[in-house]
Amino acid sequence: MKKMHAFGLVGLALIIVGSIYGLTASPPERHMGDVSRILYVHVPTAWNCLLIYLFAFGFAIASLWTGKQRWDIATTAAIETGVVLNILLLGTGMIFAKPTWGIWWDWDVRLTTSLIALIFYAAILALRTFIDDPNRRATLTAVTCIISFVDVPLIYFGVRWWRSLHQIQSSPETMAETMVFPMRVNAFAVLFISIWFMLLRARIERSKLESDEVVEPPVRRAMATA
Amino acid sequence: MDKTPVASVSNPSSDPAAGVRTRRILMVASLGLALVIFGYMAFGGLGDELIYYWSPTELLDAGETAQSASIRLGGLVVPQSIVRGDDGLTLDFRVTDGDTEVPVRAETVPPAMFRGGIGVVLEGSMGADGVFDTTRLMVKHDNEYKAPDTEDNRSIKELVKSMQFETTDT
Repeated sequence: MKKMHAFGLVGLALIIVGSIYGLTASPPERHMGDVSRILYVHVPTAWNCLLIYLFAFGFAIASLWTGKQRWDIATTAAIETGVVLNILLLGTGMIFAKPTWGIWWDWDVRLTTSLIALIFYAAILALRTFIDDPNRRATLTAVTCIISFVDVPLIYFGVRWWRSLHQIQSSPETMAETMVFPMRVNAFAVLFISIWFMLLRARIERSKLESDEVVEPPVRRAMATA
Repeated sequence: MDKTPVASVSNPSSDPAAGVRTRRILMVASLGLALVIFGYMAFGGLGDELIYYWSPTELLDAGETAQSASIRLGGLVVPQSIVRGDDGLTLDFRVTDGDTEVPVRAETVPPAMFRGGIGVVLEGSMGADGVFDTTRLMVKHDNEYKAPDTEDNRSIKELVKSMQFETTDT
């Protein structure tokens, strides 16, 4: 078995522990009731989404600096994993918002900047499919990835700088201890699963690029048709 | 006079050194552009121009200009101010930022979190009678998540601060 699958196994084990604890041992929130338990997936997803976009930013800088293909592969793997987490964070956020805030969506700073991140990073993945030259593709991916990263600190700090509907970050002081624990466990779970996804995605990208390089010699094709 | 190989140098892909230079210039340029955009967003005073909601104080200061305009009003629901209409649709209450109170008439079914002492962001307009009319009521809670047996003895001022309705900024 490949070593990378260890990340997946640890992540899945942790998410089972964290979620069972969050669904049983944690209390329902005093004002929200049981619906507050979605925090244990929403918050870990959001943290890791921003973290993985930070990884992509670092990989993109390395890709432009070195020109090595492995950094382009790493950048793409991180962006794609980040996009999956971004979709999950928006989805769980909307499911959380309806019963607590009373609405599915509003154009507040955190919701809007989170949606902008999804559009930007998904656009980079789309852009990649239009460029055939691997060098140009790597350069454009890295440049757009670096510029898109501007949005990520805005997601994090926007609720502190500007008026918003979304509350600011919680801390262990503002949360019951029995709620902090499952959130931490699930945060590490999602991190491990995300690393696993990135390694898997990098492997796929590598084999895709290798298969692109294998060009069938015209002579052999001529022989085949003969 | 043999200059033919020079022509191919202009193509970056055939000259690794030129390619490295281009890539590194692009790296610095995109980092610079990212920093400039971030600096503008963070320190360009955008928060003064794009206001998500008005506080009760700002709403009353605006006077008649706030009337018939579609705006958002944000504040804390004054405890014990909620009156539920007989039709089961109308809600009368007051919102405060700790300094100013504005009476509100909401025609909507509020979420279960709605209560005295919770934050709200309301979409609607100021009526000529000085009552803010809304049909879109959104609950804005703070970052506290506690067990059911935890008591909450915070004052209105503390709740206003906790839900970020303080208007002392800017």
